[in-house]
Amino acid sequence: MKQFLKPATRKSFITYLLVIAAFIAVEIMVSTGNASNMFKGLLVPFCVYSVAAASLNLTVGILGELSLGQAGFMCIGAYSSAIFSIVTKDTITSAWVRFPVAMLIGGISAAIFGVLIGIPVLRLRGDYLAIVTLAFGEIIKNVFAALYIGYDSSGLHVSLTSQGDLGLAPDGKMLINGALGISGTPKDSTFEIGFAVLLITLIIIYNFVNSRTGRAVMSIRDNRIAAESIGLNITKFKLITFGLTAFLAGIAGALFSHNLSTLQASKFDYNLSILVLVFVVLGGIGNIRGSVIAAVVLTYLPEVLRSINNYRMLIYSIVLIVMMIFTSNAKIRGFFTASFMKLKGLIIKNKSAKEGE
Amino acid sequence: MAFLDNLINGISLGSIYAVIALGYTLVYGIAKMLNFAHGDVIMVGGYVIFTAMTSMKLNAYLSVLIAVAACTVLGITIEKVAYKPLRQATSLAVLITAIGMSYFLQNMALLIFGEKPVTFTSVISIPKISLFDGQIVIKSEAIASIIVSILIVVGLSLFVNKTRSGRAMLAVSEDKDAAQLMGINVNRTISLTFAIGSGLAAIAGALLCSTYPVLSNTTGAMPGIKAFVAAVFGGIGSIPGAMIGGLLIGVIEILGRAYISPQLADAIVFAVLIVVLMVKPTGILGKKVNEKV
Amino acid sequence: MALLEVKKLGISFGGLRAVDDFSMTIEKGQLYGLIGPNGAGKTTIFNLLTGVYKPTDGTIHLDGKNITGKSTTEINKAGIARTFQNIRLFSNLSVLDNVKAGLSNRYSYSTATGVFRLPKFFKYEKQMTERAMELLRPFDLQDDADTLASNLPYGKQRKLEIARALATEPKLLLLDEPAAGMNPKETAGLMNTILTVRDDFGVTVLLIEHDMYLVSGICEKLSVLNFGQLLREGPTGEVLADPEVIKAYLGE
Repeated sequence: MKQFLKPATRKSFITYLLVIAAFIAVEIMVSTGNASNMFKGLLVPFCVYSVAAASLNLTVGILGELSLGQAGFMCIGAYSSAIFSIVTKDTITSAWVRFPVAMLIGGISAAIFGVLIGIPVLRLRGDYLAIVTLAFGEIIKNVFAALYIGYDSSGLHVSLTSQGDLGLAPDGKMLINGALGISGTPKDSTFEIGFAVLLITLIIIYNFVNSRTGRAVMSIRDNRIAAESIGLNITKFKLITFGLTAFLAGIAGALFSHNLSTLQASKFDYNLSILVLVFVVLGGIGNIRGSVIAAVVLTYLPEVLRSINNYRMLIYSIVLIVMMIFTSNAKIRGFFTASFMKLKGLIIKNKSAKEGE
Repeated sequence: MAFLDNLINGISLGSIYAVIALGYTLVYGIAKMLNFAHGDVIMVGGYVIFTAMTSMKLNAYLSVLIAVAACTVLGITIEKVAYKPLRQATSLAVLITAIGMSYFLQNMALLIFGEKPVTFTSVISIPKISLFDGQIVIKSEAIASIIVSILIVVGLSLFVNKTRSGRAMLAVSEDKDAAQLMGINVNRTISLTFAIGSGLAAIAGALLCSTYPVLSNTTGAMPGIKAFVAAVFGGIGSIPGAMIGGLLIGVIEILGRAYISPQLADAIVFAVLIVVLMVKPTGILGKKVNEKV
Repeated sequence: MALLEVKKLGISFGGLRAVDDFSMTIEKGQLYGLIGPNGAGKTTIFNLLTGVYKPTDGTIHLDGKNITGKSTTEINKAGIARTFQNIRLFSNLSVLDNVKAGLSNRYSYSTATGVFRLPKFFKYEKQMTERAMELLRPFDLQDDADTLASNLPYGKQRKLEIARALATEPKLLLLDEPAAGMNPKETAGLMNTILTVRDDFGVTVLLIEHDMYLVSGICEKLSVLNFGQLLREGPTGEVLADPEVIKAYLGE
């Protein structure tokens, strides 16, 4: 029993080390000129999708509920942080001060929405959470795509119809231009910051899981009725988890918006939510490290293997179905485990037979 | 007059939602799962009709019949291949599989029919109705949608309450294990449910694509989700509830589009869902279900 | 004053009257048995006592406090913990974590304390682990602390459920068929454990059981339920000798 580290702690530390090692390797590649432009362009997206996937895994894997609104929360984070940065970029000139504040604003705005939609839904059956988060994501995308916000010396102008309706003074500046989205966001996202955000995200998630709250959340996932019988407040713990997922998704969104000079709400559609879900499922439901690895690999592969791009979504859909059937059907899983064991036994037998000579 | 016009359009669209919502409500009531792929079966139905009419030059009604047959087979196959192995699995696993299936259908269609939407020829050939000296014209598609949806709701209610297979469906939705003990073939009943739901989806596809004659691989996705909202609104598991919910959602959407904002019509429908779930999660005609301990 | 006072409890499911006019009084420290043929409504009474079902009629008082109609969570906080007929463990958590989950409300620290690993986190987690190990020992589960709950053998799973329930420091412990699926030797061990638990943890125990060996061996008082109604109550020996009780069990 006397081990150097507890298994849970060891698991998290291996993940931290893995991420740090990957960071150092990339830094060396970049500084020695061994990284292509395409690869360099993918570095921030790696971090964005890793954070988004790891945080979704909190809801899917740890809480055991399906959220299809990850893109919606990222959208809120992306927009709110970008607006903050555009408005303050002349007054706060240091990106080192401005960007962390922007990310926090993005995260907190997303978390507020997460809790707001969580309150009515988390009391209901899991299917409702899925459909409501999907609906919520669509609402957010539609509202932002129809939103015009500008500001001038007389203050903020908001319209849901057109730019002309804003009545902006000639010195005014557009913040959100309807379906054209946001432009002029400072490019504050760098791989170094992205890496730091990812590492902090992972620390938060692992610490959360390995604490009283995480234990309570997993109890609720495993058996709701038993969890109630030992006095756990189901709604409270569900809301905390859901809120934290939204918070981290908002930060991923902030990282995303500060990597592009223009950003449209249409980027945050249902497909993005599904993409993040694919990362979670393929990396292993409840396996945080797996989410990060899957996010990076599945973001990189389609860029390298352009030829599979047309089939990418088709392959993802098959992956979802097959993964679920294989991991959830006891008979099928049993069959494969048994064949695997047999194979293993056969190999070991052969080996020992040879060694025995 | 414009209001009346919008109202009629809303009822027409709502009738289509009602037909789709019936599929959701049946499957949810009996297999206890949210079949995300249901909306995409509508799209498949649309493409089958389109192909039959344009490439094979078949008669419109025959094409619809082929589509109903094709979607019925598709529905049964989806259930057998993807959902049946997961009967004992968590609802999370079932949901993810259903989403996978929805995505699969959409992307298969994308590969086969391409990205470019096709123009759909209406399958409806009944005369339109002119009222108030032509100030209001009820399009033939609207008339057809309303009549067909009423016929389906009445027919389905009779089927479920009066026939042996229908009552078996009720029994399975009430208690699967007890139904099994009473000698009801649960697997066959679930297959039948998927068959009926998917067949209805094909009819909904014909009506939807005739009313809004653009067809692409994502045509079914949004109407599918809205129809689920309708099913929840009316009370999941209830056949008349699906009709009422469908009509309400259709009218809310069209009126919202006309009087609030065209871009926000979808958002309004989804806001309705959130409000319903907050105020009365069982919907208008739904009932509360007790969990066994 | 009695620890548990149930008066005229009743519940209907649709047209079915599952429990009707059921009253029961349990004194502090008692080992009380609830028996009756299958389908008599015993588990339904447990579900009513723990707030899983809301009673249609009647009142429930625990330690003088009215807990009728309260939620399961609130009732546990008020002092009732239970086990389940069909075992309900947190199957993907370790044995230790199952018990620590039960300690959640006794060693409460905020989510932020956990996420930022503040000193209180380490202090409380250490105390929780020590307390959880203490709870595992009487059930001889201390060596299985790191095992996944679902990997435990059946008998140990039942014991773990009791340990988890005790972690919430209940005044009243409800055991739903604790000896189900156990062989006579295991049952004898279980009887000892229940007695030790009652004495060492100072809890009152109400149990549902079909195993008459266990019932007559440790229960001090019994209530017999038949068709949702109280048939007899009284000291164990008298009740089990009652011809009507025997008839209810064996039929005409």
